[in-house]
Amino acid sequence: MTAAAAPVLEGRSLIKSFWVKQGRGPLARKARVHAVEDVSVSLEAGKVTAVVGESGAGKTTVGRLLAKILKPDGGEVLLDGRPAPGGRPRSYAAQVQMVFQDPFASLNPVHRVRHHLERPLKIHHLADGHVDAAVADLLRRVALEPADNFIDKFPHELSGGQRQRVAIARALAVQPRVLIADEPVSMLDVSIRLGVLNLLAGLRDREHLAILYVTHDIASARYLADTIVVMYAGQLVESAPSVSLTDTPAHPYTQLLLSAAPDPDRARAPELSAPGAPPSLLAPPSGCRFHPRCPHAMDVCRSQAPPNVTVAKGHVAACWLHVEPALRRVSETELSTAVNASALKS
Amino acid sequence: MLREGFANNAIRGGWWWWWAPPGICVALLGTGLALLNFGIDEFINPRLRNVGLSQRGARKAGISLSTTLGITPVLGRRQAPPVGATPTSGVTDAVLEIHGFSVDYGYGEEAVHAVADCNLVLRRGQVLGLAGESGSGKTTLALAALRLLRTPGVITAGEVLFHSQPNGEGPAGTIDLLSAGPEQLRAVRWSEISVVLQSALNALNPVITVGAQFDDLLRAHRPQLSGSQRWQRSGELLDMVGMNADRLRSYPHELSGGMRQRAMIAMALALEPQVMILDEPTTALDVVTQREILEELMGLRDRLGFAALFITHDLSLLVELADEIAVMYAGRLLERAPAASLFHAPRLPYTHGLLNCFPPMHGRRLPMAGIPGSPPDLRDLPSGCPFHPRCAWAMPRCRQEAPPLAPLNGSSREVACWLQTGDVPVPAELARPDPVARSSERPAAVKPGSAL
Ligand SMILES: Nc1ncnc2c1ncn2[C@@H]1O[C@H](COP(=O)(O)OP(=O)(O)O)[C@@H](O)[C@H]1O
Ligand SMILES: Nc1ncnc2c1ncn2[C@@H]1O[C@H](COP(=O)(O)OP(=O)(O)O)[C@@H](O)[C@H]1O
Ligand code: SF4
Ligand code: SF4
Ligand SMILES: [Mg+2]
Ligand SMILES: [Mg+2]
Repeated sequence: MTAAAAPVLEGRSLIKSFWVKQGRGPLARKARVHAVEDVSVSLEAGKVTAVVGESGAGKTTVGRLLAKILKPDGGEVLLDGRPAPGGRPRSYAAQVQMVFQDPFASLNPVHRVRHHLERPLKIHHLADGHVDAAVADLLRRVALEPADNFIDKFPHELSGGQRQRVAIARALAVQPRVLIADEPVSMLDVSIRLGVLNLLAGLRDREHLAILYVTHDIASARYLADTIVVMYAGQLVESAPSVSLTDTPAHPYTQLLLSAAPDPDRARAPELSAPGAPPSLLAPPSGCRFHPRCPHAMDVCRSQAPPNVTVAKGHVAACWLHVEPALRRVSETELSTAVNASALKS
Repeated sequence: MLREGFANNAIRGGWWWWWAPPGICVALLGTGLALLNFGIDEFINPRLRNVGLSQRGARKAGISLSTTLGITPVLGRRQAPPVGATPTSGVTDAVLEIHGFSVDYGYGEEAVHAVADCNLVLRRGQVLGLAGESGSGKTTLALAALRLLRTPGVITAGEVLFHSQPNGEGPAGTIDLLSAGPEQLRAVRWSEISVVLQSALNALNPVITVGAQFDDLLRAHRPQLSGSQRWQRSGELLDMVGMNADRLRSYPHELSGGMRQRAMIAMALALEPQVMILDEPTTALDVVTQREILEELMGLRDRLGFAALFITHDLSLLVELADEIAVMYAGRLLERAPAASLFHAPRLPYTHGLLNCFPPMHGRRLPMAGIPGSPPDLRDLPSGCPFHPRCAWAMPRCRQEAPPLAPLNGSSREVACWLQTGDVPVPAELARPDPVARSSERPAAVKPGSAL
């Protein structure tokens, strides 16, 4: 978004589809799930970017594409502005690490904490000879102190929050610059979620990590993230600095998400503007994918995908409402230049 | 040998000596491998080693339980007390009362006290919220009250009274659910008190259509209806929860999570119950779907007048939804207050901390702390107040004595905390003016030395 800081990790126009079997037996045929379509995100050092959306929106897929656990069908992943190497070589994994949702599934129950943290150190030949000190240091960085109390425990002897801290410590072991955290707190007890979010905030502030925080909880995204991007049905619909996005949402889908989120401060919950559910990604709607539910849908929304419109500084929404009425019907190539010109004027 | 047996038509001919020995060998081998597999599992997965064998535990503890299938046993159960002799809270419009309720998992030494000495009163037409983190005993409390809790759950103390005023031909008057027999429980469950659980996929039968499940239910409980009337009623019920009647022809797996949960709610409403117990009914759903379902549910509540016990870990959601909220921690109820009072003026350190776990959607972003530490293990509860290891205001007394849930003077709320008994000054955070008391009742008494 801002040209000031160069992004550490960038995904440009990422596209990914999956092939799934439809039907049973000999009648089965393959169908294409358009999971991620033309999504661009950039992660800066010392910043948290949140990806928010309902389940099935493609958030995890974006995270996995950036971590190069999945190979994109289109678009590219840039590390420090250079195309990342093919595959997922160790040098890439050492810089971009992922933390998963379920800390029980991601830690092998038969191994002690020590084993989980030593392994990446040994594989990447870090901390030769000082493994114990390095492990203790990792535990300290995720606030599991004193380290001696935790180092020889099995995962099941730890609480959910402690397990997730161990998973984060394991990701930190290789000294990455980017952390991709996929719903890291959604399986934790509410009272300990903030502790893990504050830990991520600390890693951002003290260690200048670039963090991608994937979540369905927009309130926690507002709390932690510097920038929020909102995904709907595999596409990016809005991105903005987090307070600007939650205080003045520009896209009707973001507005819907905000009105549905629990908010005890308001006197009465507003009526939902767009009931219904996200579309099937096997045959996504034409034009704007939100149009079947959108209370503001116009003719142009049904036929043409909306452009990304800059509605305020660093605040971009993909919605025809923010395009001047006179420009809503021009062809696509003219459109992008015209829209950008009008955005610059305002 | 088996092949020869088959070749000789041994099975058809009844020559068991041809196929039985090798068959038994194959079966034994399979069983042996499975047992070995369990053994290996238990050996390599240390988590499984801790699981107690409860039946053995029961015998060891010298308890003999005559359990009826599908009904949670009650320890030391006496005869049904004469009607009128049962203690009541004195609340005139109560529909469900729970007093001194305790539930264990397991027996004797190995028992886990999942619910301890809980009191709750649900009023007619009210939404009572039960909030607490996962593992705090909410589900246990609700299921045990209806005696739906599976083994090794046992009710060890208390009283559950259902004051029935049926809409239809159900049983009327006060029913003591803990001494009720199977017949009485059957008459109450579903028709008068229905339950919606978090996972609708497990609750719906996957191999028959939604319509057939409605049909079974109505046929069992409304025998006077004809087949077409049942079908029509099923359609109306789906319509009521915002689903198309066509969906009666669908199998559960063909429905989205939100649809399944709607179907479950429709089924729970089918017999016009007086009470609905909703255990995390929307937790697994996306926010938009959750909001839609909650709006529908609250609309139905206004129209049909049932009372609801709404259980969730999401306190921020409950504040918008419930009339009154009870907060549970480590199997105990620690605070109960009108929703607005609880949100704007919590009196319990845990409630205050829990409210601080939900980042706000407006205003400046400020660092929030959550609650230090993590919820206790019920097998190894701290002494005294179960919250003391995590409480910022813990005093020596808190480590020794558990505070009782007591009415806060001058208000309709209750709290279990040594800070609120009038012996010590109350911290400002826990003495904010109560919005409900201010408007209707006497203001909460301000303790000497408090910050107000
Ligand atoms: N391995 C896979 N095979 C087939 N479909 C997949 C696979 N992974 C994800 N999908 C589909 O892609 C879409 C996006 O999924 P995901 O990225 O997991 O969304 P989110 O994380 O936002 O819930 C979903 O419709 C999902 O069913
Ligand atoms: N079958 C069981 N055996 C032993 N302990 C159990 C069993 N089921 C639940 N528990 C324990 O009882 C406590 C309360 O569980 P539950 O009622 O499910 O809590 P909640 O609904 O608040 O999440 C938990 O600490 C859990 O570990
Ligand atoms: S582009 Fe059209 S349909 Fe899509 S969100 Fe904007 S107004 Fe609604
Ligand atoms: S009784 Fe003591 S430890 Fe418990 S909540 Fe009150 S002040 Fe805290
Ligand atoms: Mg996901
Ligand atoms: Mg539960």
